[in-house]
Amino acid sequence: MNDILEVRNVTKRFGMGGVFGRNHITAVNDVSFTIEAEKPEIFTIVGESGSGKTTLARMILRLETPSEGEILFHGTRVDLRASRAERLKFMHEVQPVFQNPFEAFNPLKEVDRYLISTARTFLKLTKQSDIEQAMDDALQKVGLSYAEVKGRFAHELSGGQLQRVSIARALICNPTLLIADEPVSMVDASLRMAIVNLLKSLRDDFGVSVIYITHDLATAYYIADRIIIMQKGDVVEMGPARAVLDNPEHPYARLLKESVLSIDDAGYGDLDPATELMDQINKDRTGRTKMVTRDDGRLVRVAE
Amino acid sequence: MAEQKQDVLQVRNLKAYYQMAYFGVEREVRAVDDITMSIHENEVYGIAGESSSGKTSFIKVLAAAIRPPLRVVDGEVEFNFGGQKIDPNKASKEEVDAIRWSKLSYIMQGSMSVLNPVRKIGRSFEDFAFKPMGLPRAEFNSRVAAHLERLKLSPNVLNAYPHELSGGMRQRVTIALATVCQPQFIIADEPTTALDVVVQKDVLSMIRTVQQEMRASVIFVTHDMSVHANITDRVGIIYAGRLVEEGPTRQLFAQPKHPYTAHLVASLPRIGDTRERPALEGRPPNLSDPPKGCRFHPRCPLATDRCKQENPPLVDMGEGHRVACFHTDKVKPLIELGQPKVTRMAEGAPA
Ligand SMILES: Nc1ncnc2c1ncn2[C@@H]1O[C@H](COP(=O)(O)OP(=O)(O)OP(=O)(O)O)[C@@H](O)[C@H]1O
Ligand SMILES: Nc1ncnc2c1ncn2[C@@H]1O[C@H](COP(=O)(O)OP(=O)(O)OP(=O)(O)O)[C@@H](O)[C@H]1O
Ligand code: SF4
Ligand SMILES: [Mg+2]
Ligand SMILES: [Mg+2]
Repeated sequence: MNDILEVRNVTKRFGMGGVFGRNHITAVNDVSFTIEAEKPEIFTIVGESGSGKTTLARMILRLETPSEGEILFHGTRVDLRASRAERLKFMHEVQPVFQNPFEAFNPLKEVDRYLISTARTFLKLTKQSDIEQAMDDALQKVGLSYAEVKGRFAHELSGGQLQRVSIARALICNPTLLIADEPVSMVDASLRMAIVNLLKSLRDDFGVSVIYITHDLATAYYIADRIIIMQKGDVVEMGPARAVLDNPEHPYARLLKESVLSIDDAGYGDLDPATELMDQINKDRTGRTKMVTRDDGRLVRVAE
Repeated sequence: MAEQKQDVLQVRNLKAYYQMAYFGVEREVRAVDDITMSIHENEVYGIAGESSSGKTSFIKVLAAAIRPPLRVVDGEVEFNFGGQKIDPNKASKEEVDAIRWSKLSYIMQGSMSVLNPVRKIGRSFEDFAFKPMGLPRAEFNSRVAAHLERLKLSPNVLNAYPHELSGGMRQRVTIALATVCQPQFIIADEPTTALDVVVQKDVLSMIRTVQQEMRASVIFVTHDMSVHANITDRVGIIYAGRLVEEGPTRQLFAQPKHPYTAHLVASLPRIGDTRERPALEGRPPNLSDPPKGCRFHPRCPLATDRCKQENPPLVDMGEGHRVACFHTDKVKPLIELGQPKVTRMAEGAPA
């Protein structure tokens, strides 16, 4: 079997409060999944704020080392200390779109310089006109153009424009795996659908696999093949996206779906927090739990 | 019942442009182009609109957060804090500093990146909130902890550095900073983009509660129409630097009168939906050279010759529903709203 990515029992612990901090937290707890090379897919990660989604993505990108477990890329271990050539090869294939575009760009550097350096390094382009063409192609895919971003600094673009520039940058080098952390959180619904359709076409037409981290369950339903739902570092449910979202089984997964706001309530404000239910869910997770497999192929965390 | 609500903010014919010279060529981005509106006390006013339509630019002007090349070229902004009137862009720095945080707070878009990276979160709270709140230390600390708790954050975060928190945790920290002093006016730009829907509800409900306790005013900018539906009293829609529609929330969702609003309200996909939704044809207009007449005309299914020539004024259609369109009678909602689950806010709402 040929896997692009294999995440094997990965755990990440952090100490908080700097070097002398005394609080320890398990950001990611024993997570495993694989993405097969023959089956490009959109693998969606949803879950609680602070549940370890970004940490998991950063470990896959080698920006963070797992405390336990390992991550294999095409069957070999992703090593933080690899040679420059190996690192470049990895980055050519695995590209990130970071969660907050306002943090992803250096305020003192024009945003197109990121695109230029990506085109130079990975596409080995040297002619100015070729580089501009490659940039414009990528920007057009997200509803922008090179003319719109040329010479602009991050603070000179709107939030949604910046977010789209960071998607375009990742697309320039035609990666085989795209790790997109909340890539559409700052764009309007129309553009959001356009970008989500772009991810779909990357999968269907170009065989790109996408790890799509999002809080938007509706787009997850729309494009995802598989989904994992995380809470406090644990995967609580994982499986075929539509089956899971149509009928979530774990109490947190159910609560998540029920909490999606609806425009039917326009003007009435359905904002009652689910405090009691959440307390109960948190209490239940302190006991011993295990993952069990259901008939439809999903895995659900249940009490032992 | 219809008590006349006090205006806390009045914006009159506001124009704010980015004026630049690129390699000797003058360029002007007309990001805010003739906006007139007011915000009442005790209300949440939502602002929605396309990416890059000028929402952030507009509220930066309101929040006294503009810097060149963005300039106010015309019009006025006036806050009225219980008789104390202030135009944030004409007032002195001292006057503005005196109201910041305690009366007027601003949560910037992507604000999770503005926390000082080398200061622990607890320090940031002291920097911003200790003086305005004027409480003894112990009480201050417990008030801050209780406030964080409402946002589902453990007091441990006070001891953490910003990079040790997740995106959504940092976002909640900035919301906590902006609300802990219970200001009279809160301006929030996409404050909940990094939150899961469960926590988002906690956060929205906290903002709503603080707002109601203080009879404060909130301007809430977001692309998420379902958030607008649930937290706002009124919504304003901005298209290409202009306010094109404004009205009471239920009415605007149920009976949009501007074709762009009708599109926006219907564009939100729902779980279970696998149909392709029709995207808006064409591109957002170039704000350096916006279309003549109605700025929406190149993309509007109802456009006529008149639309191409004349700029439709914002007209009051009754009950505070204002629309800038020549053909409102032809605008049909693209989706039908279902029955609301709750009626609490309508019953409990202060008149
Ligand atoms: N560098 C770090 N040092 C210490 N703790 C960290 C660090 N990075 C993340 N954490 C902690 O790990 C947990 C998971 O964070 P992570 O950013 O992965 O969450 P997330 O699921 O991406 O959340 P969000 O949806 O809010 O972005 C959080 O409790 C966070 O405080
Ligand atoms: N400093 C600047 N110099 C020049 N143009 C700018 C600057 N900042 C913003 N703009 C332009 O002004 C227009 C309006 O931007 P603004 O940030 O107000 O949009 P927005 O409605 O908030 O969009 P989003 O929803 O994507 O955040 C955009 O075309 C943007 O590129
Ligand atoms: S004025 Fe004309 S172009 Fe503008 S929104 Fe109305 S119908 Fe469309
Ligand atoms: Mg994250
Ligand atoms: Mg903005």
